[in-house]
Amino acid sequence: MSAKKYDAGVKEYRSTYWEPEYKVKESDILAVFKVIPQAGVSREEAAAAVAAESSTGTWTTVWTDLLTDLDYYKGRAYAIEDVPGSDDAFYAFIAYPMDLFEEGSVVNVFTSIVGNVFGFKAVRSLRLEDVRFPLWFVMTCFGPPHGINVERDKLDKYGRPLLGCTIKPKLGLSAKNYGRAVYECLRGGLDFTKDDENVNSQPFMRWRDRFDFCQEAIDKAEVETGERKGHYMNVTAPTMEEVYKRAEYAKEIGTPIIMSDYLTLGWAAHNSLSKWCRDNGLLLHVHRAMHAVMDRNPNHGINFRVLAKLLRLLGGDHLHSGTVVGKLEGDREATLGWIDLMRDRFVKEDRSRGIFFDQDWGGMPGVFPVASGGIHVWHMPALVSIFGNDSVLQFGGGTLGHPWGNAAGAAANRVALEACVQARNEGREIEKEGKDILTAAAQHSPELKIAMETWKEIKFEFDTVDKLDTQHR
Amino acid sequence: MSNVQDYNSRMSDPASRKMGTFSYLPPMDDAQIRKQVEWIVKHGWNPAIEHTEPEYAMSNYWYMWKLPMFGETDVDAILAELKACHEANPDNHVRLIGYNNFTQSQGANMVVYRGTPV
Repeated sequence: MSAKKYDAGVKEYRSTYWEPEYKVKESDILAVFKVIPQAGVSREEAAAAVAAESSTGTWTTVWTDLLTDLDYYKGRAYAIEDVPGSDDAFYAFIAYPMDLFEEGSVVNVFTSIVGNVFGFKAVRSLRLEDVRFPLWFVMTCFGPPHGINVERDKLDKYGRPLLGCTIKPKLGLSAKNYGRAVYECLRGGLDFTKDDENVNSQPFMRWRDRFDFCQEAIDKAEVETGERKGHYMNVTAPTMEEVYKRAEYAKEIGTPIIMSDYLTLGWAAHNSLSKWCRDNGLLLHVHRAMHAVMDRNPNHGINFRVLAKLLRLLGGDHLHSGTVVGKLEGDREATLGWIDLMRDRFVKEDRSRGIFFDQDWGGMPGVFPVASGGIHVWHMPALVSIFGNDSVLQFGGGTLGHPWGNAAGAAANRVALEACVQARNEGREIEKEGKDILTAAAQHSPELKIAMETWKEIKFEFDTVDKLDTQHR
Repeated sequence: MSNVQDYNSRMSDPASRKMGTFSYLPPMDDAQIRKQVEWIVKHGWNPAIEHTEPEYAMSNYWYMWKLPMFGETDVDAILAELKACHEANPDNHVRLIGYNNFTQSQGANMVVYRGTPV
């Protein structure tokens, strides 16, 4: 081993952190960033700077560098690629050795790789596009409390997407009136209703009253319909003591599923709640309030596929994924990419879906993607086709806005869903034949017929802001 | 309000009880059942038949009709078993299952003969 001498001062990052000949190891955590460097900074220097600042490096050489084997511990930039359709941005691929990270700690990985580097002066903007988690890391994380297949068994629902609805208005209903809206949806044929993300425990409806009335609604709808039902009781709260208190009460009254907002609650807190859910047999629905702050700008932030992967690692049985067809942002191919990442055992690199790395999930169960926001019966054929069986389709306004009320709205959605699934199983092309399929089903369902007349013309046709990088933007 | 139709579901009316996938659609005829059997066979799932008295339909465990038909791909043979189960238990719900042994779950599960509501 040749000893190095201490040489104080500032060196170019590229001399230490740019290694185009590096062969990535199976145990490395790999990341790809979209980088726009400051004027006058070369791609190699900018990529190396990102690698350095997100791993071992600091701006100047320090004598204590020589007390360790930096060549072993450093992250390195190992590849650079053009970003299709952009002149100033490029992709920087960075490999981090396993020793840089605490086992099972999503918090530690992200504190490290997106910690300080996003404010770094040498880059104008920076976006984390994808991360490859090696199998050792996946299997030291906790993962979904139950996963798709266990949820199906617990709820006895197979061979179709599940149906839900967020209760509206978001804020201002009394607990008893709110429970009424829940009951009507569930007796009409939905599997779930949902607290909105900002329904926590406000003065007009404290959490305990809401839980009590909603549980009565669930219990009655189950006896009435003979099917299992749930309401995502939102336990998101200001402190973990409060979160646990509400979760314990939800368990005590026998509810099957609770919910949290993993980004505003915090990742460590969410991870703890997820563990609690597995220990206590409750399913966990996960909302993603605040995600667009990080994932919408195509040049700066964190792509949602990374936020989706980290939620699967932290644990959740459902995660909102965008609808592709509704009122909220979502590019079709990109959405298909991250719903694969939520559900599948192994996902291959596929640039046409924005997936930069093979991802092996080992034995970790999958998460149900949830399509929610601005969707109605006319979207059903496309939703069934895009999302397949292992998904939750949530119609808020598309249930509650039915001219005959929630139960009729729920029945309309259930009939439309089952008609599309039946037609798909019969080998029909449901997106092409959607209108015929729904029209035929409506002959046996006056609720569906009226729903189709009510929402016929509504579409959301604004262009997507966060698109996949392609030559022709 | 005269345009608003009441939602006709009652605790007191056994006909209000549903039974999972496709129970919000009209009962399937023979040709429709055949297509669903073909869907199960096409995926390589193992067909199975279960039945129950309608009053115990909420239980996870319905009576198995014989054993799951492992590896059976003959659609007519599967349809014949469905018919046999229905004829032997005319008042019971009879459901068709496609066991997916890779996911250890059920790829399909639907009641194809509806029992007498009680």
